[in-house]
Amino acid sequence: MWRRVISELEIIGVSSLFIVGLMSLFMGGVIALNTAYQLTTPLLPDYTVGYITQQSTFLEFSPTVMSLILAGKVGSNIASEIGTMRVTEQIDALEIMGVNSLNYLVLPKIIAAMLFFPILIICSMALSLIGGWLALQVSGLINTEVYVMGIRSFFDPFHITYALIKAVCFAFLIVSVSSYYGYYVRGGSLDVGKASTQAIVTSSVVILMSNFILTKLLLF
Amino acid sequence: MIEVQNIDKSFADLQILHDISTVFEKGKVNLIIGQSGQGKSVLAKCMVGLHEVDTGHVIYDGKDFTSMNRNERSLIRQQIGMLFQGSALFDSMNVEENVGFPLTMFTNKSSAEIKKRVDFCLERVNLTGKNKLLPSECSGGMQKRIGIARAISMNPKYLFCDEPNSGLDPKTAILIDGLIQDITKEYNMTTVVITHDMNSVIEIGENVIFIYEGKKWWQGDKKSIITTENPEITDFVYASEFMKEIRQNIRNTRT
Ligand SMILES: Nc1ncnc2c1ncn2[C@@H]1O[C@H](COP(=O)(O)OP(=O)(O)OP(=O)(O)O)[C@@H](O)[C@H]1O
Ligand SMILES: [Mg+2]
Repeated sequence: MWRRVISELEIIGVSSLFIVGLMSLFMGGVIALNTAYQLTTPLLPDYTVGYITQQSTFLEFSPTVMSLILAGKVGSNIASEIGTMRVTEQIDALEIMGVNSLNYLVLPKIIAAMLFFPILIICSMALSLIGGWLALQVSGLINTEVYVMGIRSFFDPFHITYALIKAVCFAFLIVSVSSYYGYYVRGGSLDVGKASTQAIVTSSVVILMSNFILTKLLLF
Repeated sequence: MIEVQNIDKSFADLQILHDISTVFEKGKVNLIIGQSGQGKSVLAKCMVGLHEVDTGHVIYDGKDFTSMNRNERSLIRQQIGMLFQGSALFDSMNVEENVGFPLTMFTNKSSAEIKKRVDFCLERVNLTGKNKLLPSECSGGMQKRIGIARAISMNPKYLFCDEPNSGLDPKTAILIDGLIQDITKEYNMTTVVITHDMNSVIEIGENVIFIYEGKKWWQGDKKSIITTENPEITDFVYASEFMKEIRQNIRNTRT
């Protein structure tokens, strides 16, 4: 069982590090630039850029947007893997040996995702802030001290907890929704493709809806 | 011994199996034969519980499998080895892991013991030394044989083979038939083989069940299948014009 969790950690988690990192860098850069662009009034201090980048990254962009991206990558991966096993009778083969196929296939994935998503989200937060900093440096808009000061002002550790709670919930949703579509696919490889598309669409919708509920519950 | 009592099975509105009752005997190779699409695979899957039957019972050595819960079934299934029509090898595992999979799941054997057993099973299907290949790197016939090795790795009491030698050359097909027969005798297994290969019927058919339009049309041994006058069976046995001619010639010389 734990051996399976570890191999799933690698498939679901480690292989997503690069894409998450890359997207986070650019995302942070864009948030910082956009904020700086809109800060035309001299009434607001320059460090607001750092503050807003930090807030939007921690509250929404890292947990939610990254989970949406992961729903695409991890979700389709899981749905097509399990779906292929279904249509090629591999799941039947497991059952016939007396293995509980649902537990055997899905549980390690859920555990792995719930363990690794928080790590991915933390990486994403860090890289997003770095991306913001890089963008501001390249365009020479705001200097490092001011940006860092903005990030550190009004920093609330609860926001991290909040993001991680979201990450864990989304991990669970992505894996269970996509496993469902894969496990119950009927037919051939064409249907596996459809199931994997369905898995992405449904998990994205479910993420956005539960994001709304979680935000309401946790912040108010 | 596996008893099948009055099995019906439908998918949606389409009834595939009609009131099938028969006995698969212990220590014998029991064959299920019939044309494509007549419900042979469905029957086998009903027997092992991959499809739930609509009505009827499947009884393994006196134990009613149909009325068992999941855990009780799991115990019976650990004594079942099954080769699927499409082999159904786990494509993320290499040959050795595939064959040893049931052993790692259900026994406390050390990896050295498992390796030994795997090598033994692979040797029996003529695949010595192919341990590290992935299923995708194997030919269709090799996949079939790996599937058989996996099915016998736990020394099952009941062995199901869905078309073990379709897609194999005649020589390997005979080898596989021989292997199935040998292990059936050796371990006194109840073996059920689905096939449309007449060679296998002649070679190993001790108890032959002919399925036609989802019904048990005929049952007997390999001798009587040659001589029976049942038109659906002679149509199946002597399918080609050439064979029909031979049959006619034999009959002419007799009279
Ligand atoms: N899961 C399923 N859902 C609906 N119909 C099915 C299903 N499985 C099989 N059938 C139908 O049941 C019938 C019998 O199929 P089955 O696979 O048992 O044939 P078969 O006798 O094994 O043929 P072959 O020799 O070609 O393997 C077919 O008409 C098939 O369309
Ligand atoms: Mg079949």
